[in-house]
Amino acid sequence: MMQYEKKAKELRAEILKMLYACQSGHPGGSLSCVEMLMALYYEVMKIDPKNPQDPDRDRFVLSKGHACPTLYAILADLGYFPKEDLANLRQIDSHLQGHPDCCKTPGVDMNTGSLGQGAALAMGLALAAKHAKKDYKVYAVLGDGECQEGLVWEAAMASAHYKLDNLVFMLDHNGLQIDGSNDEVMGLGDITKKFEAFGFECFTVDGHDIDTIVAALKAPVSGKPKFICCETVKGKGVSFMENVFGWHGSPMNKEQFEKALSEQEVQ
Amino acid sequence: MGKSLRVAYGEALIKLGKENEKVVVLDADLAHATQTAMFQAEYPDRHFNLGIAEADMVCAAVGFAHTGFIPFASTFALFGAGHAYEQIRNSVCYTNCNVKFGFSHSGLSVGEDGGSHQSIEDIALMRVLPHMTILVPCDPAETEKAVFAAAKIDGPVYIRVARPVCEDITTADTPFIPGKANVMKEGSDVCLIACGLMVPVALKAAEELESQGISTAVVNMHTIKPIDEDVILKMNENCKAIVTVEEHSIIGGLGSAVSEVLAGHNGAKFARVGIQDKFGKSGKPDQLFEAYGLTAENVAATAKGLL
Repeated sequence: MMQYEKKAKELRAEILKMLYACQSGHPGGSLSCVEMLMALYYEVMKIDPKNPQDPDRDRFVLSKGHACPTLYAILADLGYFPKEDLANLRQIDSHLQGHPDCCKTPGVDMNTGSLGQGAALAMGLALAAKHAKKDYKVYAVLGDGECQEGLVWEAAMASAHYKLDNLVFMLDHNGLQIDGSNDEVMGLGDITKKFEAFGFECFTVDGHDIDTIVAALKAPVSGKPKFICCETVKGKGVSFMENVFGWHGSPMNKEQFEKALSEQEVQ
Repeated sequence: MGKSLRVAYGEALIKLGKENEKVVVLDADLAHATQTAMFQAEYPDRHFNLGIAEADMVCAAVGFAHTGFIPFASTFALFGAGHAYEQIRNSVCYTNCNVKFGFSHSGLSVGEDGGSHQSIEDIALMRVLPHMTILVPCDPAETEKAVFAAAKIDGPVYIRVARPVCEDITTADTPFIPGKANVMKEGSDVCLIACGLMVPVALKAAEELESQGISTAVVNMHTIKPIDEDVILKMNENCKAIVTVEEHSIIGGLGSAVSEVLAGHNGAKFARVGIQDKFGKSGKPDQLFEAYGLTAENVAATAKGLL
């Protein structure tokens, strides 16, 4: 797993460069889910970057769509599109939209950005996969603030009702949202217990430890959807962003950018 | 004997489902009202009830469409178009996703359930969404054609299904081409453009006007989007007055769509018969049509008023 420490820094550097170039976007929540997406894309999901529309591929839904710089950096790294494209994030005529767009970006399986919808869309993909008698899996990454949307719980109820053991919800539990901490804005309570009560097989892991995320992703479940609470740090890897809710959606100035980037240098 | 459009919708789904195994049907605990229960009885493993969760149903339908199926999602028009609006906007129309909506119990004709259940704004909500096709069948025969036409369109389609029992005023042979209105009767003084349950009302108004020596055309505008601009502009040249008739708010529906085509063109005088920026209320459908001016008498009087 040593090689992943280097890879994580490289990806964080790409994310910071993208966000600095467009002077908009969401650094905090992009940096918190880097290892979660790495576990999926580098270790678990059955995908072929040369054949992004392979009907038998595993599907990924970034329900917290504002973290798309992380997804884009990984897709580019895997060769879905040239790395040079990353510099055009959020620019006019770029295929890299401010939120994921499956009509424009190779490798993006589902449009997201409006919170809550990704959870339900992933449930729909998993239900349709069962109906089509396909054995691929559907993975969704949700934000913790996103769980305040009622649609997440409609989707959770349906996922258990239809026994979607081909569906995995991963929670990027960094504890912060736009207006403050989850607890200040709208407390989630014991979020894992809530998913358990909804009928999910639940796991809790360190969301920055790829090995344990992979272990939870690979743990077998039968007849139930899976929920993995990934304990993360918002702004992870950039000292002045870590655990600061103000970095949800703020652009960096030159000085901040250079400091943030210097922290990604591989020793 | 007539039948309700929702029963025609349920029967059409079964017919379509027999022809095309990719067709799946979703409902939100209203299968016995929308009549998708008929499809469920025939094809139990192709019918999915998402419970009382319209937004979730729409997203589930998107999942099926992305997997190569042709999902028809059904609920009441008010809850589908209203409650799940943003899911229809962002997850269906924004990606031109191949999801079909057969939303029933539209308009005042829901009747006794009252204003909370009478969708008089669904066409307006659907009409502003890029990629959406909007079909408003006027009778059982046209409802079946709308279902089959929707399945052939690659992209989102909204079918507005009314609740009451009604007689066929078209036949199996009447053409149904989305985007091409049916001129049911030619005329040179007045043109009545109607959709859905208001088509027979317009035909009756035309009889009344003709009996007074007023030559009256009737257009069945079964597709609100894309609207048939050619027929509207032709009637604008040929007639002295155009009146739209709809079981919907006069804001944002058929009347608005026709006025948008007429804007910038000289020609016929124009009026809209529909629900005048009010909510509905409980009552029998006929009583409500009377109370809100959706009658042949009011349509004829409105037309005469323009001449």
